[in-house]
Amino acid sequence: MRNLKLLLSGLLFASLLQAQETFPVNGVADKREGCYAFTNATIVKDAQTTLTNATLVIRDGKIVAVGASSVAIPKDAVVIDCKDKYIYPSFVDIYSDYGIAAPTRDLTAGGRGGGGGFGNTPPQIASSTKGAYGWNQAIKPETDASKLFSVDDAKAKVFRENGFGTVLTHVKDGIARGTGTVVTLANLNENLVFVKEKASAHYSLSRGSSTQSYPQSLMGTIALLRQTYLDAKWYKNRPAKEGINLSLQAWNDNQSLPQIFEADDKWNDLRADRIGKEFGVQYIIKAGGNEYQRIKEIAATKATYILSLNYPQAMDVEDPNDARAVSLGDMKHWELAPSNPAAFEKANIPFCLTTADLRDPKQFYTNLRKAFDMGLSETKALEALTKVPATVLGVYDKVGSIEAGKLANFLITSGPVFSDKTVFLTNWVQGEKYGIKEDAWYDVKGTYTLDMTTVNGPVNYTLDVKSAAAANLIGKDTLTGKFSFDGKMVKLSFSPVPSRRPQMTATPPQGGSGGFPGGGGFSRGGGGAAGGTQYRLSGVANGMTWNGTGEDTAGNKLTWTATFIAPSAASVDSVRKRPTFPQRLSKVTFPFDGYGWEEAPKQESLLIKNATVWTNEKEGRLENTDVLLKDGKIAKVGKNLSDAGATVIDATGKHVTAGIIDEHSHIAAASINEGGQSVTSEVRIADNLNPEDINIYRQLSGGVTSSHILHGSANTIGGQTQLIKLRWGANDDDLKFKGWDPFIKFALGENVKRTTSTNNNRFPDTRMGVEEVLNDAFARARDYEKDLKADPTTRRDLELDALVEILNKKRFITCHSYVQSEITAALRVGDKYGFKFNTFTHILEGYKVADKMKIHGSSASTFADWFYYKVEVTDAIAYNAAIMQKVGLNVCINSDDAEMARRLNQEAGKVVRYGGVSEEDAFKMVTLNPAKALHVDDKVGSIKAGKDADIVIWSDNPLSIYAKSEKTIVDGIVYFDRQKDTEQRKKISAERFRLTQKMIGEKRTGGPGAVRPAEPSWQFILSCGDHDHHDGLYTIDIQEGETINK
Amino acid sequence: MKKIFSTITAVLLVTCFMQAQEVVYPTKEYKGRLFITNGTVHIGNGTVLENATVEVNNGKIVNVGAGITVSGSDSKVVDAKGKHVYPGLILPSSDLGLKEIANGVRGSNDYTELGEFNPSIRSITAYNTDSRVINVLRSNGILLASVAPEGGTISGSSTVVQLDAWNWEDAAYKMDAGIHMNMPSFINRFGRRGGAIPAGIPPALLASLGFGSGAADPARVALDKVEETKSFLRQAKAYLQETSHNNTNLKFEALKGLFDKKQKLFIHGDQVKQMLIAIDFVKEFGFDVVIVGGSESFQIAYLLKANNIAVILGQEHALPATEDDDVDQPYKTPAVLQKAGVLFALNDTHDEARYRNLSYNAGTAAAYGLTKEQALQAITLNAARILGVDDKTGSLEAGKDANIVISEGDLLDMKSSTVTYAFIQGRQISLDNKQKELYERYKFKYGIK
Repeated sequence: MRNLKLLLSGLLFASLLQAQETFPVNGVADKREGCYAFTNATIVKDAQTTLTNATLVIRDGKIVAVGASSVAIPKDAVVIDCKDKYIYPSFVDIYSDYGIAAPTRDLTAGGRGGGGGFGNTPPQIASSTKGAYGWNQAIKPETDASKLFSVDDAKAKVFRENGFGTVLTHVKDGIARGTGTVVTLANLNENLVFVKEKASAHYSLSRGSSTQSYPQSLMGTIALLRQTYLDAKWYKNRPAKEGINLSLQAWNDNQSLPQIFEADDKWNDLRADRIGKEFGVQYIIKAGGNEYQRIKEIAATKATYILSLNYPQAMDVEDPNDARAVSLGDMKHWELAPSNPAAFEKANIPFCLTTADLRDPKQFYTNLRKAFDMGLSETKALEALTKVPATVLGVYDKVGSIEAGKLANFLITSGPVFSDKTVFLTNWVQGEKYGIKEDAWYDVKGTYTLDMTTVNGPVNYTLDVKSAAAANLIGKDTLTGKFSFDGKMVKLSFSPVPSRRPQMTATPPQGGSGGFPGGGGFSRGGGGAAGGTQYRLSGVANGMTWNGTGEDTAGNKLTWTATFIAPSAASVDSVRKRPTFPQRLSKVTFPFDGYGWEEAPKQESLLIKNATVWTNEKEGRLENTDVLLKDGKIAKVGKNLSDAGATVIDATGKHVTAGIIDEHSHIAAASINEGGQSVTSEVRIADNLNPEDINIYRQLSGGVTSSHILHGSANTIGGQTQLIKLRWGANDDDLKFKGWDPFIKFALGENVKRTTSTNNNRFPDTRMGVEEVLNDAFARARDYEKDLKADPTTRRDLELDALVEILNKKRFITCHSYVQSEITAALRVGDKYGFKFNTFTHILEGYKVADKMKIHGSSASTFADWFYYKVEVTDAIAYNAAIMQKVGLNVCINSDDAEMARRLNQEAGKVVRYGGVSEEDAFKMVTLNPAKALHVDDKVGSIKAGKDADIVIWSDNPLSIYAKSEKTIVDGIVYFDRQKDTEQRKKISAERFRLTQKMIGEKRTGGPGAVRPAEPSWQFILSCGDHDHHDGLYTIDIQEGETINK
Repeated sequence: MKKIFSTITAVLLVTCFMQAQEVVYPTKEYKGRLFITNGTVHIGNGTVLENATVEVNNGKIVNVGAGITVSGSDSKVVDAKGKHVYPGLILPSSDLGLKEIANGVRGSNDYTELGEFNPSIRSITAYNTDSRVINVLRSNGILLASVAPEGGTISGSSTVVQLDAWNWEDAAYKMDAGIHMNMPSFINRFGRRGGAIPAGIPPALLASLGFGSGAADPARVALDKVEETKSFLRQAKAYLQETSHNNTNLKFEALKGLFDKKQKLFIHGDQVKQMLIAIDFVKEFGFDVVIVGGSESFQIAYLLKANNIAVILGQEHALPATEDDDVDQPYKTPAVLQKAGVLFALNDTHDEARYRNLSYNAGTAAAYGLTKEQALQAITLNAARILGVDDKTGSLEAGKDANIVISEGDLLDMKSSTVTYAFIQGRQISLDNKQKELYERYKFKYGIK
């Protein structure tokens, strides 16, 4: 009955009480003010303020008063005694899509650049959104969550049961996602639940359901955001040429709101923050859970973060073959992910907590407790669920604490909110009560008198209720009864005769006391014989007394009353039991994988003694020579050097060279190809460096110290490149080679014209068209430069900006090319517009036009011996480098391959074999010559006093297949040391063993579903899309349209 | 003597210079005597003889050693003083002659046939002796290759060819030497983190593509496929017990050599579980099994040895399989197999350098734990044993075909590995190829000496 009433009252509330004025009533008006007084409670107004024995008064869905017991209780208030109860402000979830339909992708549209995608549809080059919106389908700032929102009580219930009263909801789709809206979780008409209609503007790095081909890479996404900021600014003056652009209008309108960026990963957090800073925006960043791995950089963003408690699930690693495929980095992250909130707290970074991304919302508290175990404080957690999100969203005047005037959103609990034993009883939202576990409202624990009135007269016991499911009866003996209490109904059965077994119902009948047929209703066995000697009682709790009926041991009816005497000895709700520190936990290393550093290696003064030094200078190869490295530079080269402060390395019998420079590489980036358009000079590799690529370390082991990270070859004018130094352990920004001239990647030939695609619709489709793409781009750039000079309000175009830089010799080209026709055509376009093709890369027919290239002034960067892997390399010859060198070109040997980059010294050795280039000249092709091609030969590329201390110590002649790098030094820092590498492998294997055991433990103790099948830690190898790669078992080639999201 | 030598040199000069690919002729049979004198002779079985002579007669090696005197007035003599003499290198499993251009040209592909069980498919019938890749390999000392089909679960039979022939019938060195099988993968290649999984794909579709938890357990799928394969073989075995059939089954008949142990079963696979399952094919069917690939073989080297399974290692120059692996694990794997006593050969499967770097794969193995002679053996005698042609080639021993390479220096090290002479069955073959031809053409253009 009571349940029914509850249900009905809920409905009435929804339909009548808070129906707004304009809505007609079908029936008799039933306006109520909903005035309640909650008395004797411990009220936690906010994380800092707790009132004991306090009173809370609400009316019309709002808080009227809160304070000590002196608060006047209105006469028309329904009084609810909250003795021993706690009241908290209901929580605020800042990251949800509550009440918003999930977006779907049109599966019939938009194959990707190469003709891939679902269905064999050609790429969709233009937006498919109808209307006066912007050009890109993933930029939809006009999306307004308040217009799409509808109440979804099933989902609201899940939130409420976790203690939430308010959420920010938005459409989780696209790069610019429009505005979010703050609503309560009350089950009322939509009209009544809004707290703030437009509360936030949302962004992400995922194009979501967009089927348009651009952008298909992370760096393309960043470039698009950057251009949109510029376009929106330009649009403020309503340029006539643009007409009406509702997207840009909305973008501008949204700027005054809190800007929330879903980054979902530590590096993406930094990338997002940089975009914001560039345009004067401070984003609130939705984090990915791995921020503790780079907390210093995260703190430097000064952003407020939104943290999910979605930790990786343990994997089933019992099978050693499965375990082998799981990287130490992933295992460590499994162990340390719960430390993420504590890391934020420790670094004093403001954050909110969200239930977003959880596999099951019920995990929220389980996972929060894990965060407590790792050092998160309960105060911070409470703030992160109340005040911080409410303040960030500008709704702290309405929600987030218990204050007069705010919405009556509060949570009543049986104890301190984060204690393990605490039960959430009711969650009130806008003055409406939503039950969570109301049956726990009364603490049933305690002692009672049990008075039975039987046909034989009164029978008395003392009832000791241990919990809602267990009780003992104390008479002559202590008897264990079968007891249940659901908040209202009481059931009890017991045998008056003690038993050795805990459950009466399971004992055989005791003779003589007259069984009754049918057996006890609560007996487990259910058989007549088993229930023969039981009292079976049922009744109702009427506050402190319970009344009911039953049957005695002989089957006679009886009535009974139980009266509360005393609570059980107060169970101290102890302070959370934290594991004692220090726990045996993984260490955060830089990078966060097996070969990362616990402590960054230091720059030292090094004196390398008695080596064969390949200077790459006019001195040539010097025997028995010393090299002194100081302050990151080469200090001296000579014989019998000494330096008191330097560590001496005996290099007798060894060879010392400048570090290898790879002119063409695709490592250390999150995406490489933006193939969505034929001209993408606006995209920048620098926007998406990945300093944790294991290939950095592997290439250090092969003597590489600098790599030129190129955009792929999917389009004629690709993206801006980035020269890096292999500073293993540095962050993305510190990876960059400082003081270099900016470059850009161009490409010609098969890849650009989409040879392998069967449905190319992107211009160009032939080499004729490729040439015209170049002509057109530079004609546009030249006009743009003129326009910009004449009229500063001209729309800034980042694509053309980069081309203007080329025209003004401020940016330089490295151009993927194969056959002589296209090389010559490119040279002529350059001549026409007055710029130079600085470097031709691949250039496998360079030997045919080496004379023309020499006149033009290009460098060449090629492979030593690749051929015949596609039609445009049928004339590739291993003598190419030798011919070009002999004609007088600056020739480099590059890798374009994460594996081969480890052996570039050997590739140089092949130039000795094919074409008879001298050993010293051959080795320059992987050191000094690329330094020249990249305009950094004043800093690196040879062993000369004053240059950067980028040095390799080899075991043998570096052109030999038997040579190994023993030490690879960058800026005077030893980043690879073969000896230490051996030790590190032992550590890796010990740490892997420990974590494997721990995961196996989780499988055994964690119950069903505790682990998921082991998932290999795929290594993503980015490539330009030019040729096959030869990678390991657990590697995946990432080509166009894909981004690593590690 | 001097005169003989200079005439030979003159002949060689003529054959070595400026031949277009189309006029790089296969050499005529040579029945006479050949002496390769004063060289450092690497026998291929671990032995090195300094200042030794290899004597050849009628295409066969008749004598190797120091103190062999040149005899016969019409003998060819090659002075290998200061040079290194090796057995012809053997590319142990490849698509040579079946795939002319590695990528993007469907018309040049003849290595993957449709269908799951294709034991009757024969690679040799598509082998193109005029492939432009072949002459490039010869000039790097590779004189023999096994040519194998790749499609389906049972791909068909491979043939060992010698690389100096007018047509495939001439080229065949051991016809249909082995049957090739692809072991199903126990790794789900698609259930991956990251990558751009487009939003809004229905879960069922995602699962069917292999994404997410709904995807089938790859181990289960693999085991089902293995069982299907075994069942196919069992039926073949039964069929072959009976000589007369109402319905001829070419597939079953093509497996006869396998059951008769005249052919080996080459099982392609890299993963530990794939290789462990391969042992079944030894135990149940008694096949001679060779693993091709074997990147994880270092983990089960002793089991492979115990079950008499040989290994053709795939690309030596590969990245480590996992992030935590030793950065040079693939380089060290041969030494692990050597130590365990596994019969293994090295391969070169590089699709861009087109297998020309076979000897450098061996060089790397020598840098990481093998001796140079062990490394050489892994691309000569071991390969011959695995392919079942060690009675004819693989080492410079009396009685074997005169398949010989002469190099300026250490053949395993790129900077010294210039090949100056090569002989197949005693015939001196041209080392010219299209690349050298273009080299000459453009040296001419620029006046480079």
